[in-house]
Amino acid sequence: MKNTIRQVFHSPKFVVGFCIFMAILLTMLVYPFINPGDPLKMIGLGTFAEPGTYVSMYDSVGAPFSTFKIPDADVKRLDKLLTQEDRAKMREWLELAQVDVSELDVGDMDSLLAMWKQHYDPEIRIPGMIKAVRNYYIRLNNSILSASVSDTLKVTDTDEATGETIEKTKISKTDYVNVDDVANVISLPLGTDNFGRDTLKQLVAACGVSISIGLIAGAVATALGLLLGLLAGYLGGWVDDFIMFFTNIFTVIPSFVLLILINYSINQDQRGAGTVALVIGLTSWVWTTRSVRSQVISLRNRDHVNLSRLSGHSLPRIILTDILPYIASYVMMAFILQVSSGILAEAQLSLLGLGPKTTEVPTLGLMMNWAMLYSAHLNGSWWAYFPVILVIALISFSLNLMNTGLDQVFNPTLRE
Amino acid sequence: MTMHDACAVDQHLTLAPKRIGDLENRPLCLSGKGVTKVFGTGAKQTVAVDHVDFAFHEGELVSIVGESGSGKTTLAKMLLGLISVTQGEICFQGKPRDISTSRKKREYWKGIQAIFQDPFSAFNVFNKIDTVLLDCIHMTGGRGLPHAKKVEMMEEACCFVNLKYAELTNKYPFELSGGQMQRLMIARVFLLKPRILVADEPTSMIDACSRATILDMLLQLRDEIGMTILFITHDIGLAYYISDSVYIMEHGKIVEQGTADEVILTPKAPYTKRLISDVPKIYEPWDLTTV
Ligand SMILES: Nc1ncnc2c1ncn2[C@@H]1O[C@H](COP(=O)(O)OP(=O)(O)OP(=O)(O)O)[C@@H](O)[C@H]1O
Ligand SMILES: [Mg+2]
Repeated sequence: MKNTIRQVFHSPKFVVGFCIFMAILLTMLVYPFINPGDPLKMIGLGTFAEPGTYVSMYDSVGAPFSTFKIPDADVKRLDKLLTQEDRAKMREWLELAQVDVSELDVGDMDSLLAMWKQHYDPEIRIPGMIKAVRNYYIRLNNSILSASVSDTLKVTDTDEATGETIEKTKISKTDYVNVDDVANVISLPLGTDNFGRDTLKQLVAACGVSISIGLIAGAVATALGLLLGLLAGYLGGWVDDFIMFFTNIFTVIPSFVLLILINYSINQDQRGAGTVALVIGLTSWVWTTRSVRSQVISLRNRDHVNLSRLSGHSLPRIILTDILPYIASYVMMAFILQVSSGILAEAQLSLLGLGPKTTEVPTLGLMMNWAMLYSAHLNGSWWAYFPVILVIALISFSLNLMNTGLDQVFNPTLRE
Repeated sequence: MTMHDACAVDQHLTLAPKRIGDLENRPLCLSGKGVTKVFGTGAKQTVAVDHVDFAFHEGELVSIVGESGSGKTTLAKMLLGLISVTQGEICFQGKPRDISTSRKKREYWKGIQAIFQDPFSAFNVFNKIDTVLLDCIHMTGGRGLPHAKKVEMMEEACCFVNLKYAELTNKYPFELSGGQMQRLMIARVFLLKPRILVADEPTSMIDACSRATILDMLLQLRDEIGMTILFITHDIGLAYYISDSVYIMEHGKIVEQGTADEVILTPKAPYTKRLISDVPKIYEPWDLTTV
């Protein structure tokens, strides 16, 4: 036994898979302590905030500041203001206004701005230009002007009693706030999703729920498959016929179709994560039953079982000590595969909108479902679905790697 | 064969065959009428054992001889009650055998035990040797004995088969050699002391040297405990040497039966004659090391 475990941990494939899986588990356990709170809390009011660190503007106004004179600060400010696209559009306008742009380089901010300020006039009407485009240029011009107008911004407030405008503070271009001095800073490494929820926190929670769904489904399927397979294989006769009759029926109906039908017939409010896990488990025991049965049939006529019978051992004892240990490694591998396919089945079901109800816990499948419903894939919000896909892939990759590793240890013909 | 020198110690058996005489006066301990075993149904049907009659007396060493696939193991398993009998009746100690419930089976197995063909697959590789031997003590009602007494019984059994108990404790069966495993199997039988022992080719998987030792132990069990031994073999020369009576089996049928001298010195069935002609030195004093 100890030897087998040592051998298992000498298989590189198993070790790699095990490490990936443990890393995922560890993250799942540790992350909620670093970032506690309800993963389904909507913190953002908009949808799909980009990944990054968010600093409260309100709090930064009053925060203590230091003054820095950084040479290219202005250029950077404009750089952020004008995207590459904006600059190309500016050049386009100049061209249409019959300005000679042959020597203009869009990368050179100063000359572009100089030329823009010199020639742009919102009154000039360019033939063929539609109103929306004209308005776009007006807006662009306004923001360029406001960025370059004054060196200081005044922050004012209105006294509610008198209606007087009070000047709160002045912010100069050279004022810098230390992020540590701002009361409210939130870090969203994966941004927010369509409901304005922290995607990373949700992903970690979903990962835990999905793995538990996989474990429950795998445990149910393996236990059921093992029990039926052992009974059918060892007892034979009418018990075997009876069990195989049901197994064959379930084999003919694709289990995913069955899964869809069952889940469809359960009301959405009653479909908790546990229920879904149970249903997945109850529809995927067939292959375990079949293969356990065939292994037991080949084992039951072995001499060591005969010897055990001749020693007067009872049926449960023979099954537990003479049959189970011989198929334990196989059952272990079947379990790992069932866990992996349970996780995938949940993801598929949720994508179809037949997963667990959406109000309690996130799951990997639900996250995908939400991202798809709010067309994250169309508006470029990759953070809402790509990390989820990556995690699903990593989990099933690590589980399958562990399985292959085990297979190589237990099945000597596969060893290199 | 140069085995001769190496096995000089085990040469108790190079003498002439030793038979027990008064067969007819001994009571029957196992007999059968029309015993048949059919595997499968329909087109894939195999008749492994076909209407076989037999009668074994107490303390007798009976050989069942036949080539591979003739149904010897199948017959043995039916006698042991490990597989069901398709047709026919088996009587145990004069009464029709009843093994319908697991309790009755357990009772039956106190009276009949086996040694299997392949020692390497006969033991559960997850159980230690102690477990194997302790199970036998428990089966014969020794569950309540003090531990020291059990150890003493195991030591005695190991001593009988030339194994050292101290070297075996905490070992697994697969850590032994084939011959040692087969001797462990005999130690089991020694502890259980059944009335009948079915030995299914106990020596076919081990070398000639261990073979003589094992045969010697079987004969000792017969002589000292009075066990009836059913010795299954494909080797008619060996059967002639050790057995009191011989059954010849061909394609599931018994084609000839009688005392060893009758069957082998004056064979009637053509199949028996062929089997005998395949053994070159049958009429010379038998040297087991060349078997
Ligand atoms: N479980 C089984 N199912 C179907 N057929 C079987 C089964 N066991 C044995 N047979 C068939 O019964 C016949 C007799 O087999 P058996 O094992 O009794 O032969 P044997 O005389 O012991 O041979 P060997 O000397 O090789 O051990 C063979 O033709 C075999 O194919
Ligand atoms: Mg056989």
